[in-house]
Amino acid sequence: MSSDTSKFGEYGGQYVPEALMPAIEELDDAYRRYVLENEDGFVDEFRERLRDFGGRPTPLQRADRLSERYDTDLFLKREDLLHGGAHKLNNALGQVLLAKYMGKERIVAETGAGQHGTATAMAAAHLDVPCEIYMGERDINRQRPNVFRMRLNGAAVNPVTTGRGTLKEAISETMRDWATTVETTHYVIGSVVGPHPFPTMVREFQSVISEEARRQFDDQVGGLPDSVVACAGGGSNTMGAFSRFVSDESVDLYAVEAGGSSLAVDEEEGVAPNSASLSTGTEGVLHGARTKLLQDRDGQIVESHSVSSGLDYAGVGPELAYLVDEGRVTPVTVDDDAALEGFHRLSQTEGIIPALETAHAVAWLEQATSEQLGDSVVVCVSGRGDKDLESVIEETASREIPNAPDMDVFSGGMR
Amino acid sequence: MSRLDEAFADGPAFVPYLALGDPDLESSLEYVRALDRGGADVIELGLPFSEPIAEGPTIQSAVVRSLSGGMTPTKFFDAVETLDVDAPLVCMTYYNLVYQFGGSEARSASEDASGGTASEGAGPRPFVERAAEVGIEGFVVPDLPAEEAGPLREACDEFGLDLIFIVAPTTRGERLERIMERTSGYVYVQARLGVTGAKADVSDQTGASLDRLDRWDLPKAVGFGISSGEQAREVVAAGADGVIVGSALVDIVAEGTSAASQTASGDVAEGHENGDSTEAVADRLETLARELKRGALAGAERAQSERT
Repeated sequence: MSSDTSKFGEYGGQYVPEALMPAIEELDDAYRRYVLENEDGFVDEFRERLRDFGGRPTPLQRADRLSERYDTDLFLKREDLLHGGAHKLNNALGQVLLAKYMGKERIVAETGAGQHGTATAMAAAHLDVPCEIYMGERDINRQRPNVFRMRLNGAAVNPVTTGRGTLKEAISETMRDWATTVETTHYVIGSVVGPHPFPTMVREFQSVISEEARRQFDDQVGGLPDSVVACAGGGSNTMGAFSRFVSDESVDLYAVEAGGSSLAVDEEEGVAPNSASLSTGTEGVLHGARTKLLQDRDGQIVESHSVSSGLDYAGVGPELAYLVDEGRVTPVTVDDDAALEGFHRLSQTEGIIPALETAHAVAWLEQATSEQLGDSVVVCVSGRGDKDLESVIEETASREIPNAPDMDVFSGGMR
Repeated sequence: MSRLDEAFADGPAFVPYLALGDPDLESSLEYVRALDRGGADVIELGLPFSEPIAEGPTIQSAVVRSLSGGMTPTKFFDAVETLDVDAPLVCMTYYNLVYQFGGSEARSASEDASGGTASEGAGPRPFVERAAEVGIEGFVVPDLPAEEAGPLREACDEFGLDLIFIVAPTTRGERLERIMERTSGYVYVQARLGVTGAKADVSDQTGASLDRLDRWDLPKAVGFGISSGEQAREVVAAGADGVIVGSALVDIVAEGTSAASQTASGDVAEGHENGDSTEAVADRLETLARELKRGALAGAERAQSERT
């Protein structure tokens, strides 16, 4: 029945309501035909649109000052330069195009930080498909610029008010919409999560990151990097940055998770003040897949936390969970304060304002040993930080972040 | 024949659903008794999960009320153990709760040893064993399709419990065959696409879904959207062996709950008002239960007369 295996070890699978199963089988079949076998020239059109609309390939840029700081050859894979300002378009464009090939008339998607929502809204406008985005109410307030962008591209934005109003609730609500409209609608899931074939398909659309980075590194330096570093929430930029290196045993892969304010789980409150499901989670079933989760001892999903909306999720892609168990990917964590420092460091040393998600990957370089980094490192700059400016200024003001610029410029004496 | 099959043997079955612990454990047990008095043939008890992806707003709210009241799988089973009703009980929940039950100790041990690898202790067996012990007859697990249900089906067979699968309007051909091979007790016929929630009309997909199931003898209970005796009558007349009603009943609980909290916030002496409210809510549930049961019976008479 499956195009690829539907499982990664014990992880993955298809834990969804029966009403969705025929659609998932249909999607599996379409994925196999169009994406894997290039039926009707799907892959050619996808690549062409990624280039002309998306601006691929994105550069692999040597970061001179950070290379000096960490005494290694450090390269940045600049997904922040992809249209929309994040890696999310790779997947959104692929799935919206696939939906068109499948004859679907409508797109729904969830979004956390708003990056996947904006990418999907852009792709849907570009390909002329009606689009509705579900977004937690709390995230809507944290990410206003992205809400405007989605609306400007003509997407409807539906606030989700259940639970804490973040990504987890938005995914549940989008699945409910899909269960109602499945015959005409495609659900563009935003990460390597959900039921098979989503984790595999999203990974394949995002693999363009490592496909390019591998080639670019070989062209610029020769050979392979010693390590690849990417932040991990659901894990789509992570799998995208890792996938073409997974079989290169000499390349170490580091998935940097949000350590939030603490790595503990508060069972009483049902809260984990972090989003580190690879580092601290346990196996369970959420949103269609068996994977590593932040859950209490009964199996209730706990509320995650991160200063970065895009990492704020209690689950993670099943393939990443598997690669961690296999010892192929090393999960590490960076807490909120360190991530903010990383944000300012990349802004100041390289002139790149990163997304708060990316800031976690940057921040980890500070904690890593020189053995871990090796002689050459590729860091995936998953997105740019424009969307985060408001929250960074707010969060920086309420903490002791030594390398943050002061914002006294706003309280000057002009009257 | 299991107790669930039997519940459908003499006429159409009325199968109500409530989330246990909504709005608190004691009241919800009282409500379950009211449904039993009102003629329930099977009662589906919801064990709330934090991410109920198959539920509409009504049952989502019930889940939130129950969880914030402190409901857990352990409390659920303890409460069911004390529950004395005639109707056989079915537990409706999501797979992660089934999967994690009793596995937590094994899990934390394996975590200590290996830094969080897949837990060998987890699996559906302890959950099913405990359910059998407290007198539950079967399960409905909406996020568990037939493909992933092997271990739960096995555990149910071991302890003699039924596993009820949902058949959707989109379920056809081979999928339908596969599901019908695995389902027991009854089959849950999802009347319309989407999530749970009371609707004013009967879905026109119901008849076609029932026709597709015609060649199987297993009782067919239709749910999703049924809220009145008239709808129950129509559904049974269309060939259903039973009607499943959830949201319309949960709505009554929700109204009672908001009424009670208004009273409490209105500085009226609490205990009495809330106590009365539980009774009043139970009465209303019993009344609607009777209406639904009557509707189902009327539908059966019509179906009978059309056949003869």
